Amino acid sequence: MPKRTDLSHILVIGSGPIVIGQAAEFDYSGTQACRVLREEGFRVSLVNSNPATIMTDPEFADSTYLEPVTPEFLEQVIATERPDALLATLGGQTALNAAVELDRRGVLERYGVELIGADIEAIQRGEDRQKFKDIVRAVGGDVPRSAVCQTMDEVRECVAEIGLPVVIRPAYTMGGRGSGMAHTPEDLERMAAYGLSESPVCEVLVEESVLGWKEYELELMRDYRDNVVVVCSIENVDAMGVHTGDSVTVAPSMTLTDREYQQMRDVGIDVLREVGVDTGGCNIQFAFHPDTGRMVVIEMNPRVSRSSALASKATGFPIAKIAAKLAIGYSLDEITNDITGETPASFEPTLDYVVVKTPRFAFEKFPGADPELTTTMKSVGEAMAVGRSFVEALGKALRSMETRSLGFWTQPDPEGETVESALDALRTPHDGRLYTVERALRLGATVEQVCEASWIDPWFVDQILSLVELRAEITEAAVLDEALLRRAKRFGVSDRQIAALRPELAGEDGVRTLRHRLGVRPVFKTVDTCAAEFAARTPYHYSAYESDPAAETEVVAQRDRPKAIILGSGPNRIGQGIEFDYSCVHATLALREAGYETVMVNCNPETVSTDYDTSDRLYFEPLTFEDVLEVVHAEQESGTVGAVIVQLGGQTPLSLSRRLAAAGVPIVGTSPEAIHLAEDRGAFGDVLGAAGLPAPRYGTATSFEGAKLVAEEIGYPVLVRPSYVLGGRGMEIVYDTEHLASYITRATEVSPEHPVLVDRFLDDAIEIDVDALFDGEELYLGGVMEHIEEAGIHSGDSSCALPPITLGKADIERVRASTEAIARGVGVRGLLNVQYALAGDVLYVLEANPRASRTAPFVSKATGIPLAKAAALIMTGASIKELRARGVLRATGDGGTLPPDAPVAVKEAVLPFHRFRTPEGHGVDSLLSPEMKSTGEVMGVDAAFGMAFAKSQVAAYGPLPTSGTVFVSVANRDKRALIFPVKRLADLGFEILATSGTAEVLRRNGVPCAEVRKYSDDTGTTSGARGPGEPTIVDIILDGGVDMIINTPYGNSGPRIDGYEIRTAAVARNVPCITTVQGAAAAVHGIEASIRGDIGVRSLQQLHAAMAPAGDS
Amino acid sequence: MTRQATDTYRVNAGDRAPAALVLEDGAVYRGLSYGAQGTAFGEVVFCTGMTGYQETLTDPSYHKQIVVQTAPQIGNTGWNDEDDESSRIWVAGYVVREPARIPSNWRSRRPLQEELARQGVVGIAQVDTRTLTRHIREHGAMRAGVFSGDGLATTDEMVARVADSPSMAGADLAGEVTTSAPYVVPAEGEARFRVAAIDLGIKSNTPRMMSARGMEVHVLPATATMADVRAIEPDGVFLSNGPGDPATTAHATALTREVLDRKLPLFGICFGNQILGRALGLDTYKMRYGHRGMNIPVMDTATRRIAITAQNHGFALEGEPGARFTSPYGAATISHYCPNDDTVEGVRCHDVPAFAVQYHPEAAAGPHDAAILFDEFVALMEDAR
Ligand SMILES: Nc1ncnc2c1ncn2[C@@H]1O[C@H](COP(=O)(O)OP(=O)(O)O)[C@@H](O)[C@H]1O
Ligand SMILES: Nc1ncnc2c1ncn2[C@@H]1O[C@H](COP(=O)(O)OP(=O)(O)O)[C@@H](O)[C@H]1O
Ligand SMILES: [Mg+2]
Ligand SMILES: [Mg+2]
Repeated sequence: MPKRTDLSHILVIGSGPIVIGQAAEFDYSGTQACRVLREEGFRVSLVNSNPATIMTDPEFADSTYLEPVTPEFLEQVIATERPDALLATLGGQTALNAAVELDRRGVLERYGVELIGADIEAIQRGEDRQKFKDIVRAVGGDVPRSAVCQTMDEVRECVAEIGLPVVIRPAYTMGGRGSGMAHTPEDLERMAAYGLSESPVCEVLVEESVLGWKEYELELMRDYRDNVVVVCSIENVDAMGVHTGDSVTVAPSMTLTDREYQQMRDVGIDVLREVGVDTGGCNIQFAFHPDTGRMVVIEMNPRVSRSSALASKATGFPIAKIAAKLAIGYSLDEITNDITGETPASFEPTLDYVVVKTPRFAFEKFPGADPELTTTMKSVGEAMAVGRSFVEALGKALRSMETRSLGFWTQPDPEGETVESALDALRTPHDGRLYTVERALRLGATVEQVCEASWIDPWFVDQILSLVELRAEITEAAVLDEALLRRAKRFGVSDRQIAALRPELAGEDGVRTLRHRLGVRPVFKTVDTCAAEFAARTPYHYSAYESDPAAETEVVAQRDRPKAIILGSGPNRIGQGIEFDYSCVHATLALREAGYETVMVNCNPETVSTDYDTSDRLYFEPLTFEDVLEVVHAEQESGTVGAVIVQLGGQTPLSLSRRLAAAGVPIVGTSPEAIHLAEDRGAFGDVLGAAGLPAPRYGTATSFEGAKLVAEEIGYPVLVRPSYVLGGRGMEIVYDTEHLASYITRATEVSPEHPVLVDRFLDDAIEIDVDALFDGEELYLGGVMEHIEEAGIHSGDSSCALPPITLGKADIERVRASTEAIARGVGVRGLLNVQYALAGDVLYVLEANPRASRTAPFVSKATGIPLAKAAALIMTGASIKELRARGVLRATGDGGTLPPDAPVAVKEAVLPFHRFRTPEGHGVDSLLSPEMKSTGEVMGVDAAFGMAFAKSQVAAYGPLPTSGTVFVSVANRDKRALIFPVKRLADLGFEILATSGTAEVLRRNGVPCAEVRKYSDDTGTTSGARGPGEPTIVDIILDGGVDMIINTPYGNSGPRIDGYEIRTAAVARNVPCITTVQGAAAAVHGIEASIRGDIGVRSLQQLHAAMAPAGDS
Repeated sequence: MTRQATDTYRVNAGDRAPAALVLEDGAVYRGLSYGAQGTAFGEVVFCTGMTGYQETLTDPSYHKQIVVQTAPQIGNTGWNDEDDESSRIWVAGYVVREPARIPSNWRSRRPLQEELARQGVVGIAQVDTRTLTRHIREHGAMRAGVFSGDGLATTDEMVARVADSPSMAGADLAGEVTTSAPYVVPAEGEARFRVAAIDLGIKSNTPRMMSARGMEVHVLPATATMADVRAIEPDGVFLSNGPGDPATTAHATALTREVLDRKLPLFGICFGNQILGRALGLDTYKMRYGHRGMNIPVMDTATRRIAITAQNHGFALEGEPGARFTSPYGAATISHYCPNDDTVEGVRCHDVPAFAVQYHPEAAAGPHDAAILFDEFVALMEDAR
């Protein structure tokens, strides 16, 4: 059957904010879905609260709702749009859960909306771990023994039978949230209780441990005719026990014979049919016993998943796109394979290369967090690499990570490591354990020993041994001849790694010169789904080194149009996420229109930018100097490179700009010199000085003594940080010498090349974030954002409002003038992001980033102006004047002159605290600081601030309470400021609880409140346990006795025990916890708005239409 | 394990003798010797399967062919004692990109290169198999030679020697791969049917699949006559897969006609499909580079369902997908085709109980989607009773 004709309007649900376990991959899949549905002529409505996504760009849907992905708001959208059908399988667990809930509430039936691409019963059969196990058994498959438990007693019963260790897994959570491996009865009590609280249906699965077994995944697709294909098999290098999302994974599977592979395929297909996933993608996980080959099925996701994105990029088979087509009625054989252009999609991709995915972690940002890798996913991003062999792909993947070690041997070995200590370290899975494997082997451990300690398959360990042996050859060789150099490259070793082993070669540049002189360069191959059986039409390339002289490169010459190469942003990490991919994708769209052939370079499989049909050409390559240079060379060989864009991918490409320019690469936009002016503190200081702009006093130091002197001179509190960082890495507010000393010891490890910066810390300052365009002549203010939290909380973590809520015209004009002065002084061509702090009446400049910022997409959506597009055009020569004329920018005025009735957009950050635990299993502190910790953001937009803020809270954390109990405990300096908002809450009927000091002040001001004991007043009980006597506030929170918490940190020298316990309890219980005065005030606005209940939904298209004409006044 | 790893590594590392793969059109690919050293000639073909190299190597249909594996890493699971598809490795030469240093799989008994050497199979590794595959795709399967050790010579000499080697077109190879004497594979459980299987290069898994369905399989040499067949009093006849040019198998085609005359239920696979087709009056032709892989879609024109199949054929039947035609034995249909290129993948007779497919329902290696065809054979034999 071809396309369904009985549907005309489809509602697509996105996955909301980026969180651990549910990241950019769902922007990729959602974007593909929207594209397909519109190409097929459907009207598309979309709901997703995440402004950083491409899918929420107004041009990707007919009506786009940046509203919370909750049943309440979805129902409102359905009521307004009246779609015929709902597509929820491309928005991750969030969308799927929402769809299930809409169905349960009868909303779908009431409005006659058909759920397509999924079937509620099938979803439940797949997601309910017990039902699922029964199905697997029914089709003759095997599963780990287990029981579903709703109470602690059931848990204990079950364990008495299965025996420890067991895996605890909550039903209906994603990314392994709340799951874990219980080895001791204590573990069991704690984890099961936590798991039960994490599960929306208060249900956990207690399961036999298959720790250490080999782990595999299959990505399958099925159409309504019951045709099923396996798109990809993925093997985990890390054995069972490490979440797939945290494992190094390989495609295709490496260590299975055809028999075992087909056994997996057969069971997978039978399960898929039995579960009844009627059409679309699904992913199934398996485990094999390494010695007996016993195969068990672990789980299934009846939807497009995180691994689907990986599988799509790894094979060239666009799972999400095809899932969307299947959902609207096509069968696999009716869909053509884009890549060959002639064969149908009803086939199974075959690979003639190896793909390796490595996870990116962020433990350094969560002091105290247990870095052990477990069944709960903790990574915040990933990189994928393609090579002609496992080691080549692995080498590329490791250097794609942008961690301190860029592949083996690039960092000094740890002091005094022995075979024993290395093997010991391997017994607990941790970030970067393959580095430990390499060192263990180099220290003389045998492959068996390493396998025994790490449970990694001998085949992989031996592959790493081959690198150890190669290393010896490289270091011992008298000279690096062509043969050896070529072999090193075939093993995926970078120039930088070779340079580390051969100091006499004068570093990476020396190695490259030698390599080029010997003619050792990569060839570029194509990802084509069919191992070259058919000609590929899509230029989706990766580099590889071959020793066969016949090796050919597959880059096709194109000399009619100039090429624009856009450097992407690499793996997602805290501080550099999907926002930058958004800007890169916009650049590619804009420049293609402008007549360029666009070329994307990136290594992040989750993103839209690495979709083979986003740009004219795609290079799936690490974003290192060496790899980028080879891509540029290949493109120059095959045509003329007109522009290379480093300004939109965040700090990653930006930090390459100088060396690329030096190597003669034509970088457009802000020049590398200008970038340096903005990034180098000293140089930037001069720019500000010349423009007469104030900045916080600061000094730089390379030693503790130096830092101490600076601090004393400018006076405490000071803000210390290493230079050249993004996301405020290692940034701290320091109140005294002692704390400074401890910081230096820790922070100097952060970035040895760069000195430490010491700034005067501005107390009680309003932070202002600005995104602007500058073409050398004119400045265009994209938007002025006023932070809700005071300066001192990283701009990425604080919520902000646009247009600013308390700033007057005068302030904004000051901001405009300063921003223009900076743009001129630095020499910006394109985007500029400036952060200011308004303290007293002085507008201090905190920093300027001469690049697309994290807020660029938010501003674009709030104001209806595509900033990144405009930036790309300015970088390639257009002027703001022209862009105004062409309607890309407002004809008159800009984001700084929004009409008074313009809607208010609020950005709220989403934080991952609940994912991390201390080794003792206790929560980590959720206190916000100058170091960025959020993984994603949401946008709430409405006519007035209160409603917009309320939406942002719902989208990020769930609804604010409209009644119940509020607990207040604040620092002395905040008490006055909080009297009014708390009084308001009391008037609204909330019961107020407060600790002694706060209670006293509140009562004196006529706010009725009950006093509760501080945690620290509670002698002899541990948090959560029922202590003797009266419960402390922590106990009350843990018992669910509090609906909202207002807790500003006392003093500031690190988290005080009370605040810490309160905040972690709040996180554990998912209670909204506000840690700033401004946040509290905003929350009260939001609560009032929710109580009035007049919060409606409006599409971006409507909002922008409303704004446009006004903008020209 | 480590020591062994190091030894094989030293070998991989390049101390191993250089080797060359030379094509009759003069294309030369250089790598390192893998398995046995020496010289080997055959038709160079590429196989895109990502698993099952052991089954591929022991598949008689690859007799006289130099097989190029497009899969990037080969040998990872070593060699075991269960997965052979016949008594020996049949490929004439073996071409891979990246050989495993050590095998890793609980069923593995020895490394692949050891088995290749033991059976004297001349191989070559570290060739850019992708460039090579693209060449074969564009210029077609052709004669080639693998040269290593004393076999190595100047390019011109090597090209000349390839030019002198026999070509696949017109090669009658069934006689070389078939069993010398008849043998019986007993049925699992009670024997419900007796089947005469003509061995034109049969794979072990085929009798296995039949016996699992209650067939007692009498495997007969390719030279078997109708008398031999009737002597068994079979419920059905099976035509196996096998190497070579179907145009040369006058004997098997004649035998097939006799079977059709007697309306004996007949089932054919791969080569067997081409023979049934020829018996029905269809022509066969040599494909440019054939179908060799495990990911190949086949459309059943009756059900419009797709099966993902394992295939290995360089010749195919002439015909239009779904076309119904009249044969000496009544109406017949082109029942299956490959949507990639519309190649004929199956024929079915309507007036006599006979059908055949070009692909491999017995898989090994490959997906099991088509296993039901053996049940159809069962049904055919039941109806004939
Ligand atoms: N029974 C088990 N024993 C040991 N490890 C397990 C078991 N079940 C799951 N795991 C590990 O936990 C991880 C997460 O489990 P999974 O069922 O995939 O949940 P999720 O929904 O988070 O993907 C798996 O990737 C696997 O490594
Ligand atoms: N002098 C200062 N006084 C008060 N807060 C500051 C000061 N400098 C920086 N901050 C806070 O630290 C955060 C991060 O600093 P910033 O310079 O923007 O680093 P990054 O490059 O990580 O964005 C800012 O968003 C701001 O809230
Ligand atoms: Mg999983
Ligand atoms: Mg900043």
